Amino acid sequence: MNPVNYLYLAALLFTIGAAGVLIRRNAIVVFMCVELMLNACNLSLVAFSRMHGNLDGQIIAFFTMVVAAAEVVVGLAIIVSLFRARHTASVDDASLMKL
Amino acid sequence: MENLIALLVAAPLLGAAVLLCGGRRLDRAGHWLGTLLAAASFGIGAVLFFDMVGKDAGDRALHQKLFSWVPVADFQADIAFQLDQLSMTFVLLITGVGTLIHVYSIGYMEHDERRRRFFGYLNLFLAAMLLLVVADNYLLLYFGWEGVGLASYLLIGFWQHKPSAATAAKKAFLVNRVGDIGLSIAIMLMFTTFGTFAFGPVLGAAEGASEGKLTAIGLMLLLAACGKSAQVPLQSWLGDAMEGPTPVSALIHAATMVTAGVYLIVRSGAIFNAAPDAQLVVTVVGAVTLLFGAIVGCAKDDIKKALAGSTMSQIGYMILAAGLGPIGYAFAIMHLVTHGFFKAGLFLGAGSVMHGMNDEVDMRKYGGLRKYMPVTFVTFGLGYLAIIGFPGLSGFFSKDKIIEAAFAAGGAQGWILGAATLLGAGLTAFYMTRVMLMTFFGEERWRNKATASPAEPDVEPAAQTHGSHSEPHPHESPKSMTIPMIVLAFGSVFAGGFFAIGDRFANWLAPVTRFEHPHPPISVPVITGATIVVLLLGVAAAYLQYGRKPVPVVAPRGSLLTRAARRDLLQDDFNHVVLVRGGEHLTRSLVYLDHSVVDGVVNGTAASVGGLSGRLRKLQNGYARSYAVSMFGGTAILIAATLLMRAV
Repeated sequence: MNPVNYLYLAALLFTIGAAGVLIRRNAIVVFMCVELMLNACNLSLVAFSRMHGNLDGQIIAFFTMVVAAAEVVVGLAIIVSLFRARHTASVDDASLMKL
Repeated sequence: MENLIALLVAAPLLGAAVLLCGGRRLDRAGHWLGTLLAAASFGIGAVLFFDMVGKDAGDRALHQKLFSWVPVADFQADIAFQLDQLSMTFVLLITGVGTLIHVYSIGYMEHDERRRRFFGYLNLFLAAMLLLVVADNYLLLYFGWEGVGLASYLLIGFWQHKPSAATAAKKAFLVNRVGDIGLSIAIMLMFTTFGTFAFGPVLGAAEGASEGKLTAIGLMLLLAACGKSAQVPLQSWLGDAMEGPTPVSALIHAATMVTAGVYLIVRSGAIFNAAPDAQLVVTVVGAVTLLFGAIVGCAKDDIKKALAGSTMSQIGYMILAAGLGPIGYAFAIMHLVTHGFFKAGLFLGAGSVMHGMNDEVDMRKYGGLRKYMPVTFVTFGLGYLAIIGFPGLSGFFSKDKIIEAAFAAGGAQGWILGAATLLGAGLTAFYMTRVMLMTFFGEERWRNKATASPAEPDVEPAAQTHGSHSEPHPHESPKSMTIPMIVLAFGSVFAGGFFAIGDRFANWLAPVTRFEHPHPPISVPVITGATIVVLLLGVAAAYLQYGRKPVPVVAPRGSLLTRAARRDLLQDDFNHVVLVRGGEHLTRSLVYLDHSVVDGVVNGTAASVGGLSGRLRKLQNGYARSYAVSMFGGTAILIAATLLMRAV
């Protein structure tokens, strides 16, 4: 099996996710881009797993999904409470943690 | 017999302890106690001397170990004494002349309410000096050496209420410290070279040691001797030390203190014998000092300072002789002993004159005193004849021997040293004749003192104690003062001849210092003749200037040399410019260095860390996305680096 196409896709997804995290201000979008990056990693893990005929990578992908699900819970809660307090979901407005 | 050596030191030490701790109830009898203990020390010295004379020349040295002082593995220092012929000579000189000065001080210090303390210090001085000469190792010698420094400080500054005396004492102490550093370095070098300080092993092993080390030790010992014996370049304290009471000057100049340097060099003869370079430096220092002191002595109007210049010059003779090696050691010590007699006599005479003249020290305000103080005149006169080396008196024999030995040094060195000593003899004759004529002959210049202003500002406070502007009434001093002067005058006349006949003194010291007959390149009678001619020239020159013509009460401006000599040949100016100013510049530049470099490094580090962190702080701007960028960038760099490392 040739993993090249899967890896290209994973790299593309990761790049889109990273660019989204760095560029977008909306917390929800940033959050979704983080998910995109995680899924890009999952994709490459699964691709390599298939390539080597070894299930370890797929198991790690499951772990990642579980962690991502937990992260979604915490992250969305933070974003909602932030929106309630500030009436905005822009990450740049939450910049009080500085010297 | 050995057990008596400790008593020799203990007697005056006990006196010092009792007198200094005893308090005012001893005021009445303190001076008698001090004198008695000094005399007791002399008595013990005499007993030991006669015991020593009774033995064979080879085994005359006595040793006594009192206790172990610093017993540490390889570092062994004992409180142990050694009394050989050299030490014996010093013991007799110190205690003998010292006792006479004690007796003299009874009369001289009669009106001083701190007389008890004065005698305590005098005893301390004797004890320290005796310890110095009977020590059997360099460390104990150093102990006595420091004791002498302390006692001299206390005595020079005895009239501490006078700022000049307090300053003079400080100056003497400080200059002596410079010399002491030399001695301590020399002792350390000895320990690293020979592993011991004791005279026997050190001097015994000196022949085999490397010449470089011996030269270093010799030069350090010379530095020490320069400090104590007031040799160029550490001579500047001696003139100011005249601020002390006159008996102190006599003690410092005749029996103790300045003789310590000569003792040190002669005692360490074995080291110098094996280090010709150090010896050469010693002779040069001696020659320079003997001329330096003589020139200063020629210009001073203060009778004590003129005598101080003369001491410097005479000690220069001794140091020069000590630098000549086995041909000179005995003569150095012989001149030291005869000098002890006549210089003590001269100082006591000067003190007697001051005593009768309301503590006036300016010779230009003396004159014609021989009628009023006959005993002082005769004893001072005999001391004068002795110091100029008048044939037949002490100084003639001892100084003539040194001049012969100087010529016998060989080669150009011999001629130069010989010429210096001859010139010194002429200058000695000149300045001593000058002192003699200005003090005891000529018109009575003290008569019109009230009109003869301006008075010297520095003698004013002393004169005030007796009522300043009244005419003095010169009178002979009490018996307690004249008797020591008479005894010393006897020594001044006869000691030299007694020592010189058949090289008696040289043979006495020979087991300790070795003795070789000097063989000057020109015959001895010619040298003696030349010495006498030079001497007469000096006397004649002084007579023409101060005997034939009246002496002006106010000192004339004088030539450039005279003015320089009045200021001690600019020694203080030199010290001020080179050492004081130099030291100030050094400390200032060090302070600058400290501020700019040392503090600069510390402050600079702090400032740059502070500035850097201030800049780094800006990175923490609170924007989550900028943190994400730095994280992303950092990760990218790490990954790139890892890949790069893999590739390589």
